Amino acid sequence: MRAYDLPDARGHFGPYGGVFVAETLMQALEELKQAYEKYRFDPEFQAEFTYDLKHYVGRASPIYHAKRWSEHLDGARIYLKREDLNHTGAHKINNTIGQALLAKRMGKKRVIAETGAGQHGVATATVAARLGMECVVYMGSEDVKRQSPNVYRMKMLGATVVPVESGSKTLKDALNEAMRDWVTNVDSTFYIIGTVAGPHPYPMMVRDFQAVIGYEAKAQMPGLVGRQPDAIIACVGGGSNAMGIFYPYLEDKDVRLIGVEAAGLGLSTGKHAAPLNAGTPGVLHGNRTYLMQDENGQIIETHSISAGLDYPGVGPEHSWLKDSGRAEYVAVTDQEALDAFHNLCKFEGIIPALESSHALAYAAKIAPSLDRDQVLLVNLSGRGDKDINTVASLSGITL
Amino acid sequence: MSRIKARFAQLKQQNKKALIPFFTAGDPTPALTVPLMHTLAEAGADIIELGVPFSDPMADGPTIQRSSERALLHHVGLKDILGMVREFRKQNTTTPVVLMGYANPIEAMGYESFARQAQAAGVDGVLTVDYPPEECGEFLACLAQHALDPIFLLSPTSVDARVAAVAKAARGFVYYVSLKGVTGAANVDLAEVKARLTKLRKQISLPLGVGFGIRDGVMAKSMAEFADAVVIGSRIVQEIESAPADQVTARVGALVKSIRTAMDS
Repeated sequence: MRAYDLPDARGHFGPYGGVFVAETLMQALEELKQAYEKYRFDPEFQAEFTYDLKHYVGRASPIYHAKRWSEHLDGARIYLKREDLNHTGAHKINNTIGQALLAKRMGKKRVIAETGAGQHGVATATVAARLGMECVVYMGSEDVKRQSPNVYRMKMLGATVVPVESGSKTLKDALNEAMRDWVTNVDSTFYIIGTVAGPHPYPMMVRDFQAVIGYEAKAQMPGLVGRQPDAIIACVGGGSNAMGIFYPYLEDKDVRLIGVEAAGLGLSTGKHAAPLNAGTPGVLHGNRTYLMQDENGQIIETHSISAGLDYPGVGPEHSWLKDSGRAEYVAVTDQEALDAFHNLCKFEGIIPALESSHALAYAAKIAPSLDRDQVLLVNLSGRGDKDINTVASLSGITL
Repeated sequence: MSRIKARFAQLKQQNKKALIPFFTAGDPTPALTVPLMHTLAEAGADIIELGVPFSDPMADGPTIQRSSERALLHHVGLKDILGMVREFRKQNTTTPVVLMGYANPIEAMGYESFARQAQAAGVDGVLTVDYPPEECGEFLACLAQHALDPIFLLSPTSVDARVAAVAKAARGFVYYVSLKGVTGAANVDLAEVKARLTKLRKQISLPLGVGFGIRDGVMAKSMAEFADAVVIGSRIVQEIESAPADQVTARVGALVKSIRTAMDS
């Protein structure tokens, strides 16, 4: 059997992916593709990337056996890949370091980014500060309100945060606005996309930078349990943390790969952010993928308790993995994610991000029905300090 | 001969340049779209570019974004817009109509279904901002089968290889985006556009239109010195946005007429 070698040269994962952008950006994407191809396997670039991940981010991130929580659930053993322990508190920094090193080599002095929960914005502002680059972050004005600690963090790091007032005022609109900035300042600016979406080469490039998560896990698991896990569970908004941990396991067919989308108030209510579970394919933000859309092809508003999952599309490689059957995609509700959030605090002393709490919730759902010799590896993609205002207000508490 | 080709041939004979006004279908209300199309034709439009509203218009500036939002408040979809063109064609069989929009509404309808219905309605050309030639082979085949012209954009960043790809795929005319930016921006450099068009003509035999950032008759006239067509969008949408509902057609008509007069003087 042929090894997995997607995407093709023009960025397609089967019918998904590709380059669906206005003409003005086509050449910029071509240049980015060429630059990435030049450095992708360049030993010097890789050495610098690896050095930064080790000394600046603090990698490798550990894998932790959530023993008390597993015992409470009385089933499979649950292990957590601790991306929450990275510098800036989430997996996002793996990618921003990679892209910023590329920007530096391409001679770009200005970086822009979109952000939902603010984690990618913070991670971008962080690397921009370190490399002395100008940084502008676009953030939906709704998200600016619900993630105010991250907005302040970005400002402290020297970034300009632009609240986006158009459309639904969330992540998708921030992405639109970042694209408009890029079209206007294409010569000077590098656009650091935060997830495995957007036009080629972004889905591939972001996946490659995030794949460090899966490669580490693959090396760590045998030392912990003597083998690879039975299933890997990760939350999916755009899908970068999931793609990062899934990718090195794609050829390991006996490891189940489970992506968890945000079911919001429930898939049947329509108020969710689960395009792989309840959407249809279409074209948005430069690629063909599953989308939340109405019968006229208009993108519909999404809902999730977690700003980082509140996105109507998903990385095209996930669409491909769904159709090909290599990965399974499920969804958990706001309430299920909240319960998992509180349980991880209670049993393990770890405050997880609301995004990652979706993956935890699905692990909690299936663990009781599995034998104790089964091993689940959950990607704990970020820490939850940023979410304490949201969680407190749901409990009727004002901080 | 297609309506677009016929129109450019006729203009050439008259030694005139094409004026292509744009507005978004359904803005400010669906009921005003067909009257506005007639107004534009009467005011001297050679081709009408009808915007298909989309929830995420990535290549548009704030003016056209707002027009999309206003149209979507009325839930105007591609099917409704084809109905509007059909209605327009009952009285006007000569003015070419080009639909301009984004890929996803077409994806949702399906290529073949869209092309068949668009041809039946009397549409002449289709400009899909986020379908570069590389990604739309199957769509182009459907358009060709239904005698619809695919209109493509070129920009200041298009290198020769990209110009060649567009030259191969395009029919009707080619739309040169005068600046790096979104629609309605205000930093057009006339001399630069002129130099680019001169160079583009070596690779492209179709008529060349220029748009993005053209705001009045004076600018339109200067562009028409070296372009075959001038596209005006955001300025017209601004007029639609600011006029009281009962004056929209009159105000837009007067604006387009003044631009036409300037171009022909």
